Amino acid sequence: MSLPVAPKPAQRRFQQASWDEPIIFELSTPGERGVLVTGIEAGVRDAVGDVVGDLPAGLRRAAPPALPEMGQMRVLKHYLRLSQENLGADFNVDIGQGTCTMKYAPKVNDQLVGTPALTAMHPLQNPADAQGVLEIVWSTERMIAEISGMDEVSLHTQGGSAAIWSNIAMIRAYHEANGEGEQRREVITTIFSHPSNAAAAKAAGYDVITLYPDADGYPDLEALKRALSPRTAAIMVTNPEDTGIYNPAIKDWVDAAHAVGALASYDQANANGILGITRARDAGFDVCHFNLHKTFGTPHGCGGPGAGANGVSAALAPFLPGPRVARESGTDGSTRFVVREAGEQSIGAVAPFFGVIPNIVRAYAWMMALGADGLRAVAEIAVLNNNYLLKKVLEIPGASAPYATGRRRIEQVRYSWQELFEETGITSEEIGVRASDFGMHYWTSHHPYLVPQPFTLEPTESYSMAELDEYAAVLAEIAREARETPDVVRTAPHNQTVHHTHHDDLDDPERWAITWRAYQRKYFGAPVDPAGRVGSAGDRIETGATAAEAAA
Amino acid sequence: MTEPFVHPYIPNTAPESKAAMLAAVGAASVDEFYADVPAELRLDRPLDLPAPFTAEQDLVRHVEGLLGKNVSTRQRLSFLGAGTYHHYVPAVVDEVIGRSEFLTAYAGEPYEDHGRFQALFQYQSLMAELLAMDVVNVPTYDGYQATATALSMAGRMSGRRRILVASDVLPAKLSKVHDFVRVHLDLEFVETIDGVADVAGLVSRLGDDIAAVWVETPSHTGAVEAQLQKISDAAHAAGAVLVVGTDPIGYGVLTPPAEQGADIVCGDIQSLGLHQWFGGAHGGFIAVHDDTKFIMEMPSRLFGLATTDVPGEYGFGDVAYDRTSFAHREEGKEWVGTAAALWGIAAGVYLALMGPQGMRDLGELLLARTRYAQQQLGAIPGIALGDTAVHLREFTIDLSGAGLTAAGLVGALRAEGIEPGVAVGEHLLLVCVTEMTSQADIDRLAAAIASNTDHQTSETISTLEEQSA
Repeated sequence: MSLPVAPKPAQRRFQQASWDEPIIFELSTPGERGVLVTGIEAGVRDAVGDVVGDLPAGLRRAAPPALPEMGQMRVLKHYLRLSQENLGADFNVDIGQGTCTMKYAPKVNDQLVGTPALTAMHPLQNPADAQGVLEIVWSTERMIAEISGMDEVSLHTQGGSAAIWSNIAMIRAYHEANGEGEQRREVITTIFSHPSNAAAAKAAGYDVITLYPDADGYPDLEALKRALSPRTAAIMVTNPEDTGIYNPAIKDWVDAAHAVGALASYDQANANGILGITRARDAGFDVCHFNLHKTFGTPHGCGGPGAGANGVSAALAPFLPGPRVARESGTDGSTRFVVREAGEQSIGAVAPFFGVIPNIVRAYAWMMALGADGLRAVAEIAVLNNNYLLKKVLEIPGASAPYATGRRRIEQVRYSWQELFEETGITSEEIGVRASDFGMHYWTSHHPYLVPQPFTLEPTESYSMAELDEYAAVLAEIAREARETPDVVRTAPHNQTVHHTHHDDLDDPERWAITWRAYQRKYFGAPVDPAGRVGSAGDRIETGATAAEAAA
Repeated sequence: MTEPFVHPYIPNTAPESKAAMLAAVGAASVDEFYADVPAELRLDRPLDLPAPFTAEQDLVRHVEGLLGKNVSTRQRLSFLGAGTYHHYVPAVVDEVIGRSEFLTAYAGEPYEDHGRFQALFQYQSLMAELLAMDVVNVPTYDGYQATATALSMAGRMSGRRRILVASDVLPAKLSKVHDFVRVHLDLEFVETIDGVADVAGLVSRLGDDIAAVWVETPSHTGAVEAQLQKISDAAHAAGAVLVVGTDPIGYGVLTPPAEQGADIVCGDIQSLGLHQWFGGAHGGFIAVHDDTKFIMEMPSRLFGLATTDVPGEYGFGDVAYDRTSFAHREEGKEWVGTAAALWGIAAGVYLALMGPQGMRDLGELLLARTRYAQQQLGAIPGIALGDTAVHLREFTIDLSGAGLTAAGLVGALRAEGIEPGVAVGEHLLLVCVTEMTSQADIDRLAAAIASNTDHQTSETISTLEEQSA
């Protein structure tokens, strides 16, 4: 065959890397070293003697930990190979994880936070030496206060669910301060709000009432009014919900909660489509939170760290976590940033120090790259992309978007393959596995599956029309396969790192293996040495002075 | 927006694409999509935000300008710890967690994200070896949360409310733990003696209503608990769970708590290959034995090994997913969500690089430098060590004999470019040494403190306090 190259087929011929790497313990070679520790100075050694030998017997480790022994490049190679076996958002059209706002996390922000001017900062340094990072924390708080309309913002929490915990912890402290802690024992949420609203409320000691939508998929105001009472501590809701449906009566919801003395807490995980359009405080909410790793463009890190931002009204501000960063003005017009300990009513330190600083700086840089016009463009294009994708998906026979038929959606849609399932027996989970064969991530829904055979797409603002077309084309192709060659779907994956995996060992305490150590014990019946071989542990690593001298 | 706003992060701001997509969905403008947002809730003005730096090079100049105001621990000689520690981060760790495939992934399934599952299974496994326990979670947020959850697990398992706190606990950690557990548990403090647990006092308060005994080792002041086995035996005799909060950095040389009876071991992994990052790089671990009663109380994800259709191929999946709030909302254990997975991968790479000998060398070095610093500072006239316990990495010095306040000394030494430690009492300073603080650094600290004890008068001390406030 000679030039020209033939046109590409309709679907990408994707093949995930498959290095068939062993578990790292199997790569151990006795005596190899990955990194050396600086030596103990002779002067120190002379002064202190044999510190390990001098430990009380009970404190001295008998056998060294059976970590692998590996040269540096082998460790690197192992992990780089694993990284290639991972489908990061930078690689795929990552619109399949609805509710999670998988948008572009700009590379420049990663570079900015990797500087020693940030990585080498200790949180208890003299604030005079931390003016840059403190200013960024303060400015980020102020920008999010403007975006939400709230009076004060805290950036302490490390993820969305942690921020939900802070919401309910502040609400709890507020009611207690008003002498209503004992009376208000219930929290009301909706089934299309993130499960952590229910779960965190329960962890904080509340009884949870979960409301279901009306026939059109809108949150049911009458159901809310029936559930509200003097026992209600708060409503904790998402809007738009995970269906992408905006609750037009949201202010009535908040007002109804306030009418019984309850607070209103707003999970803004789905805020990406409403930045600059509408604000939490304008609807009357008392507390809210954003996920900086969703809406504000910080990377998701394989499941964290994220970062949360809690916004509150002035009435709730005394309950915010601490310490707080404040700006002070000098008489000469200069400003400086200071650290203030949490006040008496604060819920305290919900996390170490000031929160996930690298992500706070990334979120700051992301906002500063966009500005007010940019944030509004984020929202509008995210919503345009979603409604465009909605049209493309609804053109696929067997796919549907339950609820609010014919209406526009905000930033995501929870779809259903129920018709395709009834026709072919292929489930949404099976479609998801097959989607990975095309290099696409796909997710179903949180549990319970109120929408049958669900899938949830959120295209964000980050993907081009051509990429949205490609994703929709993959779904259409799988739907075609479900009808014409269903075994191809059922036996997926075909182009992945590993083959069909058997999950039956994962729920049986007798058989599950949560660590290599447990696996060796359960299936090979003996402790293993650092090389991963069954045998006597710890006879190769010298203890006491011998090893120390060798290292010095 | 009066003119087309095209932004590199938003491809469909290209006017042609935007127009084509609007036409495709039959919308005159994006306004139509917001039909459900009532007019009274619509923001009728642009957000009031600073003017942006839309050109990347301008953004870099702006942010670097701000960060340039920082004076980091590379310029200051730092003996700060108290929860965030300055350890060396091997280059390979940063290389791995900087990989786009890991950095930007999220919640992929075991097929497409095999690498993530294996890397985190290995993290669990490497930590398990260090801690001598069979089960370790995918990291939760930080050591504070890990401890709060560990105590809550004990409460749920036992149906009891009382927790005996046997050690000195970092106040911020205690703040978090208290607010997290207070609905379900009561914390009761058994005052420490000479930096470590008062075992007799603890035993006298044990009873069949104690859910757990909580030991921190090293404690807030860096003291290593030497009587763990005794505490464990007593707790177990009362039917209580022994929860040990710790920092894993020392277990190349120190006996892991599990070998002295700990039932749940928890703490923070920041020491294992994560930069200080102004306190913004923490992850929490919870380790238990392979005991269903404990495992089923864990809220975090647990990745386990599985077979595949191909012999010799490792697959992975979620173990006992039904525990979680992902599966059952409020009926799950606490909740699970985005936490600190990337930091777990980092800690795994760190432990693989260090190996058994590296962790042993580091543990010995920390013990040696700590002892050396104690000797040097304790030899200064008027300065006394806070206690006589074995210390790892951190210890306190009492400045009252020198007529110094801790805050005053901190202020004085900052003027010399030294962060001497954290004031944890009027006259008590918490000093932290690591592999990053050399003998010469410690000698410099000792000389600077000695110079202050020689020359300070109460008048100058009060001046310095004002400056540092």
